[in-house]
Amino acid sequence: MSPYLRAMTAILGREALRFLTQRERFLAALVRPLVWLLVFAAGFRAALGLSIIPPYQTYITYEVYIVPGLVAMILLFNAMQSALSLVYDREMGSMRLLLTAPLPRWWLLFCKLLAGVLVSILQAYAFLAIAYFYGIRLPPMGYVWVLPALLIAGMMLGAVGLFLASTIRQLENFAGVMNFVIFPVFFLSTALYPLWRMAESSTLLRDICAWNPFTHAVELIRFALYLRLNLEALGWVALTFAVFMGLALWGFDPARGMMNRKTR
Amino acid sequence: MDALDVADLSFRYGRKEALKGVSFHVAPGEFCALLGPNGAGKSTLFALLTRLFVARQGRIAVMGQDLQAAPRAALARMGVVFQQMTLDLDLSVARNLAYFGALHGLSRREAALRASEVLERLDMAERAGEKARDLNGGHRRRLEIARALMHRPRLLLLDEPTVGLDARSRAAITAHVHGLARDDGLAVLWATHLVDEVTPSDTVLILHQGQILQRGRAQDIAPEHGLAAHFMALTEEPTA
Ligand SMILES: Nc1ncnc2c1ncn2[C@@H]1O[C@H](COP(=O)(O)OP(=O)(O)OP(=O)(O)O)[C@@H](O)[C@H]1O
Ligand SMILES: [Mg+2]
Repeated sequence: MSPYLRAMTAILGREALRFLTQRERFLAALVRPLVWLLVFAAGFRAALGLSIIPPYQTYITYEVYIVPGLVAMILLFNAMQSALSLVYDREMGSMRLLLTAPLPRWWLLFCKLLAGVLVSILQAYAFLAIAYFYGIRLPPMGYVWVLPALLIAGMMLGAVGLFLASTIRQLENFAGVMNFVIFPVFFLSTALYPLWRMAESSTLLRDICAWNPFTHAVELIRFALYLRLNLEALGWVALTFAVFMGLALWGFDPARGMMNRKTR
Repeated sequence: MDALDVADLSFRYGRKEALKGVSFHVAPGEFCALLGPNGAGKSTLFALLTRLFVARQGRIAVMGQDLQAAPRAALARMGVVFQQMTLDLDLSVARNLAYFGALHGLSRREAALRASEVLERLDMAERAGEKARDLNGGHRRRLEIARALMHRPRLLLLDEPTVGLDARSRAAITAHVHGLARDDGLAVLWATHLVDEVTPSDTVLILHQGQILQRGRAQDIAPEHGLAAHFMALTEEPTA
Protein backbone atom coordinates (compact mmCIF):
# COMPACT_ATOMS: atom_id res chain seq x y z
CA MET A 1 0.00 0.00 0.00
CA SER A 2 1.29 3.47 -0.72
CA PRO A 3 2.19 5.68 2.25
CA TYR A 4 -0.60 8.01 1.18
CA LEU A 5 -3.29 5.37 1.46
CA ARG A 6 -1.80 3.99 4.63
CA ALA A 7 -2.00 7.37 6.29
CA MET A 8 -5.55 7.85 5.04
CA THR A 9 -6.66 4.50 6.39
CA ALA A 10 -5.07 5.33 9.74
CA ILE A 11 -6.68 8.75 9.98
CA LEU A 12 -10.12 7.43 9.05
CA GLY A 13 -9.67 4.47 11.39
CA ARG A 14 -8.73 6.71 14.28
CA GLU A 15 -11.82 8.84 13.74
CA ALA A 16 -14.01 5.74 13.60
CA LEU A 17 -12.57 4.43 16.86
CA ARG A 18 -13.01 7.77 18.57
CA PHE A 19 -16.53 7.84 17.30
CA LEU A 20 -17.24 4.45 18.85
CA THR A 21 -15.90 5.61 22.19
CA GLN A 22 -17.99 8.79 22.16
CA ARG A 23 -21.47 7.50 21.54
CA GLU A 24 -23.05 10.15 23.75
CA ARG A 25 -21.81 12.83 21.38
CA PHE A 26 -23.35 10.95 18.50
CA LEU A 27 -26.72 10.83 20.20
CA ALA A 28 -26.53 14.46 21.27
CA ALA A 29 -25.90 15.48 17.67
CA LEU A 30 -29.02 13.59 16.60
CA VAL A 31 -31.26 15.29 19.11
CA ARG A 32 -30.99 18.70 17.45
CA PRO A 33 -32.40 17.83 14.02
CA LEU A 34 -34.97 15.54 15.61
CA VAL A 35 -36.32 18.34 17.73
CA TRP A 36 -36.69 20.44 14.60
CA LEU A 37 -38.43 17.63 12.80
CA LEU A 38 -40.71 16.39 15.54
CA VAL A 39 -41.55 19.68 17.21
CA PHE A 40 -40.89 22.62 14.96
CA ALA A 41 -41.97 21.11 11.66
CA ALA A 42 -44.96 19.35 13.12
CA GLY A 43 -46.12 22.61 14.67
CA PHE A 44 -45.72 24.56 11.47
CA ARG A 45 -47.30 22.00 9.21
CA ALA A 46 -50.64 23.73 9.33
CA ALA A 47 -49.26 27.24 9.01
CA LEU A 48 -47.03 26.70 6.02
CA GLY A 49 -48.59 25.51 2.82
CA LEU A 50 -46.16 24.54 0.11
CA SER A 51 -46.72 24.48 -3.59
CA ILE A 52 -45.22 21.87 -5.86
CA ILE A 53 -41.64 22.74 -6.77
CA PRO A 54 -38.89 20.55 -8.15
CA PRO A 55 -37.79 17.96 -7.24
CA TYR A 56 -41.19 17.20 -5.72
CA GLN A 57 -43.96 15.96 -7.98
CA THR A 58 -46.83 16.03 -5.55
CA TYR A 59 -47.86 18.12 -2.62
CA ILE A 60 -45.66 17.43 0.35
CA THR A 61 -45.99 18.18 4.01
CA TYR A 62 -43.67 20.62 5.68
CA GLU A 63 -41.92 17.80 7.51
CA VAL A 64 -40.98 16.24 4.22
CA TYR A 65 -39.72 19.58 2.97
CA ILE A 66 -37.28 20.23 5.79
CA VAL A 67 -35.67 16.79 5.95
CA PRO A 68 -32.87 17.65 3.47
CA GLY A 69 -32.21 20.91 5.31
CA LEU A 70 -31.92 19.08 8.61
CA VAL A 71 -29.55 16.57 7.08
CA ALA A 72 -27.40 19.47 5.90
CA MET A 73 -27.68 20.94 9.38
CA ILE A 74 -26.05 17.83 10.82
CA LEU A 75 -23.14 18.30 8.44
CA LEU A 76 -22.93 22.00 9.28
CA PHE A 77 -22.87 21.50 13.05
CA ASN A 78 -20.29 18.75 12.85
CA ALA A 79 -18.04 20.81 10.62
CA MET A 80 -18.16 23.75 13.02
CA GLN A 81 -17.64 21.49 15.99
CA SER A 82 -14.47 20.03 14.48
CA ALA A 83 -13.27 23.53 13.69
CA LEU A 84 -13.81 24.59 17.28
CA SER A 85 -12.07 21.58 18.71
CA LEU A 86 -9.05 22.61 16.67
CA VAL A 87 -9.19 26.19 17.87
CA TYR A 88 -9.70 24.97 21.39
CA ASP A 89 -6.62 22.85 21.48
CA ARG A 90 -8.50 19.71 22.25
CA GLU A 91 -7.45 18.48 18.86
CA MET A 92 -4.56 20.85 18.31
CA GLY A 93 -2.05 18.49 19.88
CA SER A 94 -3.07 15.63 17.67
CA MET A 95 -3.03 18.02 14.71
CA ARG A 96 0.58 18.89 15.45
CA LEU A 97 1.45 15.25 15.61
CA LEU A 98 -0.37 14.63 12.35
CA LEU A 99 1.51 17.40 10.60
CA THR A 100 4.89 15.91 11.52
CA ALA A 101 4.09 12.89 9.35
CA PRO A 102 6.35 12.79 6.30
CA LEU A 103 3.57 13.48 3.80
CA PRO A 104 2.38 16.62 2.06
CA ARG A 105 0.35 18.82 4.30
CA TRP A 106 -2.55 19.10 1.86
CA TRP A 107 -2.97 15.37 1.87
CA LEU A 108 -2.98 15.14 5.67
CA LEU A 109 -5.53 17.93 5.96
CA PHE A 110 -7.68 16.38 3.27
CA CYS A 111 -7.72 13.04 5.09
CA LYS A 112 -8.54 14.73 8.36
CA LEU A 113 -11.44 16.50 6.69
CA LEU A 114 -12.72 13.35 5.06
CA ALA A 115 -12.62 11.51 8.39
CA GLY A 116 -14.87 14.11 9.98
CA VAL A 117 -17.26 14.04 7.05
CA LEU A 118 -17.65 10.26 7.16
CA VAL A 119 -18.72 10.46 10.78
CA SER A 120 -21.24 13.18 9.87
CA ILE A 121 -22.61 10.97 7.13
CA LEU A 122 -23.23 8.17 9.59
CA GLN A 123 -25.22 10.63 11.67
CA ALA A 124 -27.14 11.81 8.64
CA TYR A 125 -28.17 8.24 7.87
CA ALA A 126 -29.17 7.63 11.46
CA PHE A 127 -31.38 10.69 11.21
CA LEU A 128 -32.90 9.55 7.92
CA ALA A 129 -33.63 6.18 9.48
CA ILE A 130 -35.48 7.75 12.39
CA ALA A 131 -37.39 9.98 9.98
CA TYR A 132 -38.33 6.86 8.05
CA PHE A 133 -39.90 5.26 11.07
CA TYR A 134 -41.60 8.54 11.86
CA GLY A 135 -43.27 8.21 8.48
CA ILE A 136 -41.12 10.23 6.12
CA ARG A 137 -40.41 7.79 3.34
CA LEU A 138 -38.18 8.81 0.49
CA PRO A 139 -37.65 6.90 -2.76
CA PRO A 140 -35.62 3.82 -1.77
CA MET A 141 -32.85 4.59 -4.25
CA GLY A 142 -32.70 8.12 -2.88
CA TYR A 143 -30.93 6.78 0.17
CA VAL A 144 -28.16 5.59 -2.13
CA TRP A 145 -28.02 8.60 -4.40
CA VAL A 146 -27.71 10.95 -1.51
CA LEU A 147 -24.39 9.44 -0.42
CA PRO A 148 -22.19 11.31 -2.91
CA ALA A 149 -24.18 14.47 -2.29
CA LEU A 150 -23.55 14.16 1.45
CA LEU A 151 -19.90 13.56 0.80
CA ILE A 152 -19.31 16.64 -1.28
CA ALA A 153 -21.58 18.88 0.79
CA GLY A 154 -19.81 17.65 3.92
CA MET A 155 -16.41 18.31 2.41
CA MET A 156 -17.47 21.83 1.51
CA LEU A 157 -18.68 22.60 5.03
CA GLY A 158 -15.63 20.92 6.54
CA ALA A 159 -13.34 23.07 4.40
CA VAL A 160 -15.15 26.18 5.59
CA GLY A 161 -14.65 25.04 9.18
CA LEU A 162 -10.98 24.28 8.60
CA PHE A 163 -10.52 27.70 7.10
CA LEU A 164 -12.21 29.36 10.07
CA ALA A 165 -10.06 27.36 12.46
CA SER A 166 -6.89 28.34 10.63
CA THR A 167 -7.50 32.04 10.45
CA ILE A 168 -10.12 33.46 12.72
CA ARG A 169 -8.93 33.79 16.28
CA GLN A 170 -12.01 35.60 17.50
CA LEU A 171 -14.23 32.55 17.39
CA GLU A 172 -13.86 32.26 21.10
CA ASN A 173 -16.61 29.85 21.88
CA PHE A 174 -19.48 27.89 20.58
CA ALA A 175 -21.94 30.72 21.16
CA GLY A 176 -19.88 32.94 18.90
CA VAL A 177 -19.88 30.39 16.13
CA MET A 178 -23.61 29.83 16.56
CA ASN A 179 -24.37 33.53 16.28
CA PHE A 180 -22.03 34.47 13.51
CA VAL A 181 -21.79 31.35 11.41
CA ILE A 182 -24.34 28.65 12.01
CA PHE A 183 -27.47 30.74 12.49
CA PRO A 184 -27.06 33.07 9.51
CA VAL A 185 -25.91 30.27 7.26
CA PHE A 186 -28.79 28.04 8.26
CA PHE A 187 -31.62 30.54 8.39
CA LEU A 188 -30.62 32.36 5.22
CA SER A 189 -30.90 29.22 3.16
CA THR A 190 -33.56 27.01 1.67
CA ALA A 191 -33.29 24.61 4.60
CA LEU A 192 -36.51 25.86 6.19
CA TYR A 193 -38.34 27.71 3.40
CA PRO A 194 -38.19 27.52 -0.36
CA LEU A 195 -36.88 30.52 -2.23
CA TRP A 196 -40.27 31.64 -3.48
CA ARG A 197 -41.49 31.97 0.09
CA MET A 198 -38.52 34.11 0.97
CA ALA A 199 -39.24 36.27 -2.05
CA GLU A 200 -42.73 36.94 -0.75
CA SER A 201 -41.30 38.76 2.22
CA SER A 202 -38.23 40.33 0.63
CA THR A 203 -36.34 39.98 -2.62
CA LEU A 204 -33.13 40.92 -0.83
CA LEU A 205 -33.58 37.95 1.48
CA ARG A 206 -34.25 35.78 -1.52
CA ASP A 207 -31.06 36.93 -3.19
CA ILE A 208 -28.97 36.30 -0.12
CA CYS A 209 -30.42 32.82 0.16
CA ALA A 210 -29.79 32.13 -3.49
CA TRP A 211 -26.15 33.10 -3.04
CA ASN A 212 -25.59 31.22 0.17
CA PRO A 213 -23.46 28.13 -0.58
CA PHE A 214 -25.33 26.29 2.14
CA THR A 215 -28.51 26.66 0.06
CA HIS A 216 -26.76 24.81 -2.71
CA ALA A 217 -25.64 22.10 -0.34
CA VAL A 218 -29.23 21.70 0.82
CA GLU A 219 -30.59 21.61 -2.72
CA LEU A 220 -27.95 19.14 -3.86
CA ILE A 221 -29.02 16.83 -1.05
CA ARG A 222 -32.72 17.46 -1.67
CA PHE A 223 -32.50 16.63 -5.36
CA ALA A 224 -30.31 13.59 -4.76
CA LEU A 225 -32.86 12.20 -2.32
CA TYR A 226 -35.33 12.25 -5.23
CA LEU A 227 -32.85 10.74 -7.66
CA ARG A 228 -32.15 13.98 -9.45
CA LEU A 229 -28.91 15.74 -10.09
CA ASN A 230 -28.98 19.47 -9.49
CA LEU A 231 -26.04 20.50 -11.62
CA GLU A 232 -26.12 24.13 -10.63
CA ALA A 233 -26.01 23.23 -6.95
CA LEU A 234 -23.24 20.73 -7.58
CA GLY A 235 -21.20 23.37 -9.37
CA TRP A 236 -21.57 25.89 -6.57
CA VAL A 237 -20.79 23.37 -3.88
CA ALA A 238 -17.70 22.15 -5.71
CA LEU A 239 -16.53 25.69 -6.29
CA THR A 240 -17.04 26.66 -2.66
CA PHE A 241 -15.17 23.57 -1.55
CA ALA A 242 -12.24 24.41 -3.81
CA VAL A 243 -12.08 28.02 -2.64
CA PHE A 244 -12.24 27.23 1.07
CA MET A 245 -9.91 24.26 0.83
CA GLY A 246 -7.42 26.56 -0.85
CA LEU A 247 -7.88 29.16 1.86
CA ALA A 248 -7.53 26.53 4.59
CA LEU A 249 -4.29 25.23 3.06
CA TRP A 250 -3.05 28.78 2.96
CA GLY A 251 -4.06 29.18 6.59
CA PHE A 252 -2.11 26.07 7.57
CA ASP A 253 0.88 26.94 5.44
CA PRO A 254 3.93 26.74 7.68
CA ALA A 255 5.20 30.00 6.22
CA ARG A 256 2.42 31.96 7.86
CA GLY A 257 0.07 30.13 9.81
CA MET A 258 -2.10 29.40 12.63
CA MET A 259 0.15 26.95 14.28
CA ASN A 260 2.04 29.73 16.01
CA ARG A 261 -0.96 30.84 17.95
CA LYS A 262 -0.22 31.22 21.61
CA THR A 263 -1.61 28.14 23.31
CA ARG A 264 -3.59 28.60 26.44
CA MET B 1 27.43 14.21 9.67
CA ASP B 2 25.51 15.99 12.40
CA ALA B 3 22.07 14.68 13.24
CA LEU B 4 20.79 18.21 13.68
CA ASP B 5 22.33 21.31 12.26
CA VAL B 6 20.79 24.70 12.96
CA ALA B 7 22.33 27.80 11.46
CA ASP B 8 21.50 31.43 12.13
CA LEU B 9 17.86 30.84 12.96
CA SER B 10 15.73 33.86 13.80
CA PHE B 11 12.02 34.14 14.40
CA ARG B 12 9.62 36.82 15.48
CA TYR B 13 5.97 36.84 16.53
CA GLY B 14 4.82 40.11 15.06
CA ARG B 15 7.28 42.52 16.60
CA LYS B 16 8.43 40.24 19.35
CA GLU B 17 11.73 38.56 18.60
CA ALA B 18 11.53 35.04 19.96
CA LEU B 19 14.78 33.68 18.49
CA LYS B 20 17.81 35.68 17.45
CA GLY B 21 20.50 34.11 15.28
CA VAL B 22 20.45 30.70 16.92
CA SER B 23 23.12 28.25 15.69
CA PHE B 24 24.09 24.86 17.10
CA HIS B 25 24.44 21.23 16.15
CA VAL B 26 23.83 17.87 17.76
CA ALA B 27 25.88 14.80 16.83
CA PRO B 28 24.65 11.20 16.78
CA GLY B 29 24.81 9.74 20.27
CA GLU B 30 24.93 13.18 21.85
CA PHE B 31 22.50 14.15 24.59
CA CYS B 32 22.02 17.87 24.27
CA ALA B 33 20.13 19.65 27.05
CA LEU B 34 18.54 22.88 25.93
CA LEU B 35 18.37 24.82 29.16
CA GLY B 36 16.23 27.91 29.20
CA PRO B 37 13.92 29.68 31.64
CA ASN B 38 10.23 30.26 30.85
CA GLY B 39 9.80 32.25 27.69
CA ALA B 40 13.36 31.64 26.50
CA GLY B 41 12.12 30.41 23.14
CA LYS B 42 12.40 26.64 23.58
CA SER B 43 8.95 25.79 22.25
CA THR B 44 9.35 28.25 19.43
CA LEU B 45 12.57 26.50 18.45
CA PHE B 46 10.79 23.13 18.56
CA ALA B 47 7.96 24.40 16.40
CA LEU B 48 10.49 25.51 13.81
CA LEU B 49 12.39 22.22 14.05
CA THR B 50 9.17 20.26 13.44
CA ARG B 51 8.09 22.62 10.67
CA LEU B 52 4.87 23.67 12.30
CA PHE B 53 5.93 27.01 10.96
CA VAL B 54 8.99 28.24 9.16
CA ALA B 55 11.40 31.03 9.90
CA ARG B 56 12.22 33.69 7.34
CA GLN B 57 15.86 33.50 8.30
CA GLY B 58 18.06 30.53 9.02
CA ARG B 59 18.61 26.93 8.05
CA ILE B 60 17.72 23.61 9.67
CA ALA B 61 19.04 20.25 8.52
CA VAL B 62 18.28 16.81 9.94
CA MET B 63 20.83 14.13 9.02
CA GLY B 64 21.88 16.37 6.18
CA GLN B 65 18.32 16.82 4.87
CA ASP B 66 17.29 20.44 4.64
CA LEU B 67 13.95 20.97 6.36
CA GLN B 68 12.90 23.62 3.91
CA ALA B 69 14.02 21.94 0.69
CA ALA B 70 13.23 18.33 1.65
CA PRO B 71 10.75 18.52 4.52
CA ARG B 72 9.51 14.97 4.24
CA ALA B 73 12.98 13.41 4.27
CA ALA B 74 13.89 15.54 7.26
CA LEU B 75 10.68 14.79 9.17
CA ALA B 76 11.06 11.07 8.54
CA ARG B 77 14.35 11.16 10.43
CA MET B 78 13.11 12.89 13.56
CA GLY B 79 10.95 11.82 16.45
CA VAL B 80 9.14 14.42 18.53
CA VAL B 81 7.65 14.62 22.00
CA PHE B 82 5.74 17.87 22.33
CA GLN B 83 5.39 19.89 25.48
CA GLN B 84 1.66 19.22 25.57
CA MET B 85 0.44 15.66 25.58
CA THR B 86 -0.75 14.36 22.23
CA LEU B 87 -2.09 10.88 22.99
CA ASP B 88 -5.56 9.65 22.15
CA LEU B 89 -6.63 8.90 25.68
CA ASP B 90 -9.62 6.79 24.70
CA LEU B 91 -7.55 4.47 22.55
CA SER B 92 -5.30 1.69 23.77
CA VAL B 93 -1.54 1.97 23.95
CA ALA B 94 -1.22 -0.37 20.98
CA ARG B 95 -3.70 1.65 18.92
CA ASN B 96 -1.89 4.87 19.64
CA LEU B 97 1.30 3.32 18.35
CA ALA B 98 -0.35 1.70 15.33
CA TYR B 99 -1.89 5.01 14.28
CA PHE B 100 1.43 6.77 14.39
CA GLY B 101 3.20 3.93 12.60
CA ALA B 102 0.73 4.13 9.74
CA LEU B 103 1.21 7.88 9.47
CA HIS B 104 4.85 7.08 8.91
CA GLY B 105 4.11 4.54 6.24
CA LEU B 106 4.58 1.33 8.23
CA SER B 107 2.49 -1.69 7.32
CA ARG B 108 0.25 -3.10 10.00
CA ARG B 109 2.58 -6.03 10.67
CA GLU B 110 5.68 -3.91 10.70
CA ALA B 111 4.00 -1.43 13.03
CA ALA B 112 2.97 -4.19 15.44
CA LEU B 113 6.54 -5.51 15.52
CA ARG B 114 7.98 -2.09 16.14
CA ALA B 115 5.36 -1.34 18.78
CA SER B 116 6.42 -4.27 20.91
CA GLU B 117 10.03 -3.34 20.31
CA VAL B 118 9.67 0.27 21.48
CA LEU B 119 7.44 -0.67 24.41
CA GLU B 120 10.07 -3.19 25.45
CA ARG B 121 12.72 -0.50 25.15
CA LEU B 122 10.81 1.72 27.57
CA ASP B 123 9.90 -1.10 29.96
CA MET B 124 6.21 -0.90 29.14
CA ALA B 125 5.69 -4.16 27.28
CA GLU B 126 2.95 -5.35 29.61
CA ARG B 127 0.84 -2.24 29.03
CA ALA B 128 0.11 -2.63 25.32
CA GLY B 129 -3.54 -3.45 25.89
CA GLU B 130 -4.32 -0.70 28.39
CA LYS B 131 -6.21 2.42 27.55
CA ALA B 132 -3.94 5.46 27.45
CA ARG B 133 -6.30 7.15 29.91
CA ASP B 134 -5.54 4.49 32.50
CA LEU B 135 -1.79 5.19 32.45
CA ASN B 136 -0.27 7.49 35.03
CA GLY B 137 1.49 10.66 33.94
CA GLY B 138 4.92 9.08 33.85
CA HIS B 139 3.78 6.19 31.71
CA ARG B 140 1.90 8.47 29.36
CA ARG B 141 5.11 10.34 28.74
CA ARG B 142 7.03 7.14 28.25
CA LEU B 143 4.42 6.03 25.75
CA GLU B 144 4.90 9.27 23.86
CA ILE B 145 8.62 8.63 23.76
CA ALA B 146 8.05 5.07 22.60
CA ARG B 147 5.77 6.39 19.89
CA ALA B 148 8.39 8.89 18.75
CA LEU B 149 10.74 5.95 18.18
CA MET B 150 8.35 3.91 16.00
CA HIS B 151 9.82 5.07 12.72
CA ARG B 152 13.41 4.67 13.97
CA PRO B 153 14.42 8.30 13.83
CA ARG B 154 18.03 9.35 14.21
CA LEU B 155 17.11 12.50 16.11
CA LEU B 156 14.78 12.75 19.08
CA LEU B 157 13.32 16.09 20.14
CA LEU B 158 11.68 16.44 23.55
CA ASP B 159 10.14 19.65 24.81
CA GLU B 160 10.07 19.67 28.63
CA PRO B 161 9.10 16.00 28.79
CA THR B 162 9.15 15.76 32.58
CA VAL B 163 6.89 18.66 33.45
CA GLY B 164 4.29 17.71 36.01
CA LEU B 165 5.81 14.32 36.85
CA ASP B 166 6.87 13.09 40.26
CA ALA B 167 10.54 12.60 41.11
CA ARG B 168 10.56 8.87 40.41
CA SER B 169 8.95 9.17 36.97
CA ARG B 170 11.25 12.06 36.08
CA ALA B 171 14.31 10.05 37.00
CA ALA B 172 13.07 7.04 35.03
CA ILE B 173 12.39 9.07 31.90
CA THR B 174 15.65 10.98 32.11
CA ALA B 175 17.52 7.70 32.47
CA HIS B 176 15.67 6.09 29.57
CA VAL B 177 16.44 8.88 27.18
CA HIS B 178 20.08 9.06 28.23
CA GLY B 179 20.17 5.35 27.46
CA LEU B 180 18.77 5.95 23.99
CA ALA B 181 21.58 8.36 23.22
CA ARG B 182 24.32 6.22 24.75
CA ASP B 183 23.26 2.77 23.58
CA ASP B 184 21.36 3.41 20.37
CA GLY B 185 23.36 6.36 19.07
CA LEU B 186 20.33 8.60 18.92
CA ALA B 187 20.91 12.32 18.88
CA VAL B 188 18.75 13.90 21.57
CA LEU B 189 17.66 17.49 22.03
CA TRP B 190 16.01 17.78 25.42
CA ALA B 191 14.48 21.11 26.39
CA THR B 192 14.13 21.81 30.08
CA HIS B 193 14.56 24.40 32.76
CA LEU B 194 15.47 21.80 35.35
CA VAL B 195 19.21 21.61 35.77
CA ASP B 196 19.13 18.34 37.72
CA GLU B 197 18.16 16.45 34.57
CA VAL B 198 21.58 17.10 33.10
CA THR B 199 24.41 14.63 33.62
CA PRO B 200 28.07 15.77 33.54
CA SER B 201 28.82 14.31 30.10
CA ASP B 202 25.78 15.93 28.41
CA THR B 203 26.10 18.89 26.15
CA VAL B 204 24.41 21.97 27.51
CA LEU B 205 22.96 24.78 25.43
CA ILE B 206 21.83 27.75 27.43
CA LEU B 207 19.06 29.68 25.73
CA HIS B 208 17.92 32.97 27.14
CA GLN B 209 15.67 35.59 25.58
CA GLY B 210 15.99 33.94 22.21
CA GLN B 211 19.77 33.74 22.17
CA ILE B 212 22.23 30.96 22.84
CA LEU B 213 24.44 32.21 25.66
CA GLN B 214 26.64 29.20 26.04
CA ARG B 215 27.34 25.77 24.61
CA GLY B 216 29.59 23.10 26.04
CA ARG B 217 29.88 19.91 28.05
CA ALA B 218 28.14 20.23 31.38
CA GLN B 219 31.29 19.26 33.28
CA ASP B 220 33.32 21.90 31.46
CA ILE B 221 30.81 24.69 31.96
CA ALA B 222 30.49 24.35 35.70
CA PRO B 223 31.83 22.11 38.45
CA GLU B 224 29.61 19.25 39.55
CA HIS B 225 26.51 20.59 41.32
CA GLY B 226 27.51 24.08 40.25
CA LEU B 227 25.45 24.10 37.05
CA ALA B 228 22.30 25.35 38.72
CA ALA B 229 24.00 28.39 40.19
CA HIS B 230 25.76 29.05 36.89
CA PHE B 231 22.49 28.81 34.97
CA MET B 232 20.72 31.14 37.39
CA ALA B 233 23.48 33.70 37.19
CA LEU B 234 23.54 33.64 33.39
CA THR B 235 19.80 34.01 32.96
CA GLU B 236 19.18 36.50 35.71
CA GLU B 237 16.65 39.13 34.75
CA PRO B 238 18.37 42.51 34.53
CA THR B 239 17.10 44.64 37.38
CA ALA B 240 16.34 47.93 35.75
N1 LIG C 1 2.02 32.90 19.41
C1 LIG C 1 2.77 33.80 20.04
N2 LIG C 1 2.57 35.11 19.85
C2 LIG C 1 3.33 36.03 20.46
N3 LIG C 1 4.33 35.75 21.29
C3 LIG C 1 4.59 34.45 21.55
C4 LIG C 1 3.84 33.41 20.94
N4 LIG C 1 4.32 32.22 21.37
C5 LIG C 1 5.33 32.53 22.21
N5 LIG C 1 5.51 33.86 22.32
C6 LIG C 1 6.55 34.54 23.10
O1 LIG C 1 7.81 34.14 22.60
C7 LIG C 1 8.72 33.90 23.65
C8 LIG C 1 9.21 32.48 23.60
O2 LIG C 1 8.14 31.60 23.92
P1 LIG C 1 8.31 30.02 23.99
O3 LIG C 1 6.98 29.43 24.21
O4 LIG C 1 9.08 29.58 22.82
O5 LIG C 1 9.20 29.87 25.31
P2 LIG C 1 9.59 28.55 26.13
O6 LIG C 1 11.05 28.61 26.31
O7 LIG C 1 9.05 27.35 25.48
O8 LIG C 1 8.89 28.80 27.52
P3 LIG C 1 8.23 27.74 28.54
O9 LIG C 1 9.34 27.25 29.41
O10 LIG C 1 7.27 28.58 29.30
O11 LIG C 1 7.58 26.67 27.76
C9 LIG C 1 7.97 34.23 24.93
O12 LIG C 1 8.30 35.55 25.29
C10 LIG C 1 6.52 34.13 24.55
O13 LIG C 1 5.75 35.02 25.32
MG1 LIG D 1 7.75 25.83 26.03
